[in-house]
Amino acid sequence: MGIASRNHVTVTGNPQGRPVVLAHGFGCDQNMWRLTVPALADDHRVVLFDYVGSGRSDASAFSEERYSSLEGYARDVVEVCEALDLRDAVFVGHSVSAMTGVLAAAEAPERIGALVMVAPSPRYIDDEGYRGGFSAEDIDELLASLEANYLGWSAAMAPLIMGNADRPELGDELKNSFCATDPDMARVFARTTFLSDSRDDLKSVTVPTLVLECTQDVIAPREVGAFVHAAIHGSTLVTLDATGHCPHLSAPDATNRAITDFLASL
Amino acid sequence: MMCRADQHPEPQDADAEKVADAAAFAALLEDGAEDLYENAPCGYLSTLMDGTIAKINTTLLHWLGLERDEVVGRMRFTDLLTVGGKLYHETHFAPLLSMQSEISGIALDLKQTGGGRIPVLVSSAVKHGTTGQPLMIRTTVFDARDRRAYEEELLRRREAAEEARRRAEADRTRLQEALAVLQQSLLPDTLPEVPGVRTAAHYHTASPDRLGGDFYDVFAIDGKRFGFFLGDVCGKGPQAAALTSLTRYTLRAAALHDPDPVSALTTLNRVLHERYTGSGDPRYCTAVYGTLEPDPGTGTLAVHLASGGHPPAVVLRADGTADFLPTPGGLLVGILPTARFTTATTVLGPGDTLLLYTDGLTEARTGQDRTGLYGDEALLAFLTAHAGRPPHSVIEALTGLLDSFGDGLDDDTALLAIGVPTADDPRTRNER
Repeated sequence: MGIASRNHVTVTGNPQGRPVVLAHGFGCDQNMWRLTVPALADDHRVVLFDYVGSGRSDASAFSEERYSSLEGYARDVVEVCEALDLRDAVFVGHSVSAMTGVLAAAEAPERIGALVMVAPSPRYIDDEGYRGGFSAEDIDELLASLEANYLGWSAAMAPLIMGNADRPELGDELKNSFCATDPDMARVFARTTFLSDSRDDLKSVTVPTLVLECTQDVIAPREVGAFVHAAIHGSTLVTLDATGHCPHLSAPDATNRAITDFLASL
Repeated sequence: MMCRADQHPEPQDADAEKVADAAAFAALLEDGAEDLYENAPCGYLSTLMDGTIAKINTTLLHWLGLERDEVVGRMRFTDLLTVGGKLYHETHFAPLLSMQSEISGIALDLKQTGGGRIPVLVSSAVKHGTTGQPLMIRTTVFDARDRRAYEEELLRRREAAEEARRRAEADRTRLQEALAVLQQSLLPDTLPEVPGVRTAAHYHTASPDRLGGDFYDVFAIDGKRFGFFLGDVCGKGPQAAALTSLTRYTLRAAALHDPDPVSALTTLNRVLHERYTGSGDPRYCTAVYGTLEPDPGTGTLAVHLASGGHPPAVVLRADGTADFLPTPGGLLVGILPTARFTTATTVLGPGDTLLLYTDGLTEARTGQDRTGLYGDEALLAFLTAHAGRPPHSVIEALTGLLDSFGDGLDDDTALLAIGVPTADDPRTRNER
């Protein structure tokens, strides 16, 4: 099976421009970037994809073993880059995907030449001398909450209906469908995301890096943004006047400006 | 002027009713929008786009156990949620609301001041200004305690059913593996090499548990003779398999003791009769047992066989003809204390093939409505068309025939072909 269909790869923008890969985080899919794409499309070749197990990826390619570590998700990134033969791409990763980008850049340095980290966190659970914002019990509660929510009718039905290959149109009619994935796969992604610790990997980053944080982010507090900025030598930190964990949706103009300014500086 | 009131008292009562209705309706009208908002049977909440709570109704404050001035302007919507709910809000709820401007029926838990939590279903919509800019988020919150309890029960049941299914699947796999081993013990893996003879066999099992009631084998008796048999025990499943096993090993042992076909079948008859008489479950089989004696001088093969109630073998000749080798009158094996068996002999020359089969083949149901039987005549015609072919080719053709019966073939079927190769058989040339 082709990587393009496995990861539901979408390529848009200027074919002559420097490639920019937009990687969604835990929760939804590439639709998260729809307010970002227009700002990049004139000057860049924009590549979007869904991780296997999310959005419209091929669920049959999912393996619990592979996707139980961030390396598995990083493999998706590298394989998408290889399939399109991208060179020196700018990788824009949201949340946990920022760390996936770090791993992918280390694995395929010729493919990824710069990183944009949107609301990144290398570790969500507090540790000695480190405040990630959550306790281990909190994460257990999230996993329980995920279970509970997949009982909500729309969320529970969406993957079932989307999995109905005979009637793909049903999936389109459902609201919330792009944030609805198979509960079993979402559970694996949630565990991998919230139990990961990528702090040591940050030191390996040698490419130009932009760190974007929000003033009020429940998931990635300001301390975490500062930690990432400090750990990546030569990185740029921009604090967006935005609330929540998705500035590319809640404050798209400011987010786009920060990204395009960074791209222009490369 | 007549007094209508006196003459028609009813309308006056009707008027009184109307007045009462109007009063009740007026009372309803006094349930103004404000009172409805505050005391609605669901929670209402309005927040700024950053989630700061600007307005909240009394019902929701009551659920939360909070005072209005603790909340308005001081708390965000996510502050009302459990940690799991906060994470879910940030990763699913907020992005969806932002992309769709509305979201409905999301299951979240509210924190209560006493440390309790209330499962709720939350719907939100963004209110836009005249120029389309988002102004605020309106949220309704429904108490979902009963529903969530029901859903959790459903989930528990589903998990239990899933676990039971997994266990059943594992049991089934284990059982199938055990049955496969057992079935293999009832049928030879490969037939032995008989010098100057070609053999081929096929077994079609119709039962889903893969335990068939047909059997066959070819084996060495002494330096120059080989024994063979093929048969069909009554019934299917484990009991039939046990009978098959007893039959098979008895025949092999009997043949070593006395290879004469009638003698071997007589021994089998005695064993089966003794084993199953008085068991309340009389069991028997039909079988053809015989010996093969190659004559190196002439290149022919002498076949001596006896049949106990089994369909007649067919001899396919190199000249393109085929005929039954009749063994009429032989009795079922195991049903009477003493039984008569019918013998037959033939000599196979190069290119001749002897075919043994069980009645699954001739009793396959044919035709559109599956009411006809394939029958002896059709079989003989089919085999005549394949006369002169070597055993493996005859078996291959018959396997294709069995497949073509589809669901018309509902019984086990065993096929065994024994033939003498022609001079141009490549393996014959190798042997020279």
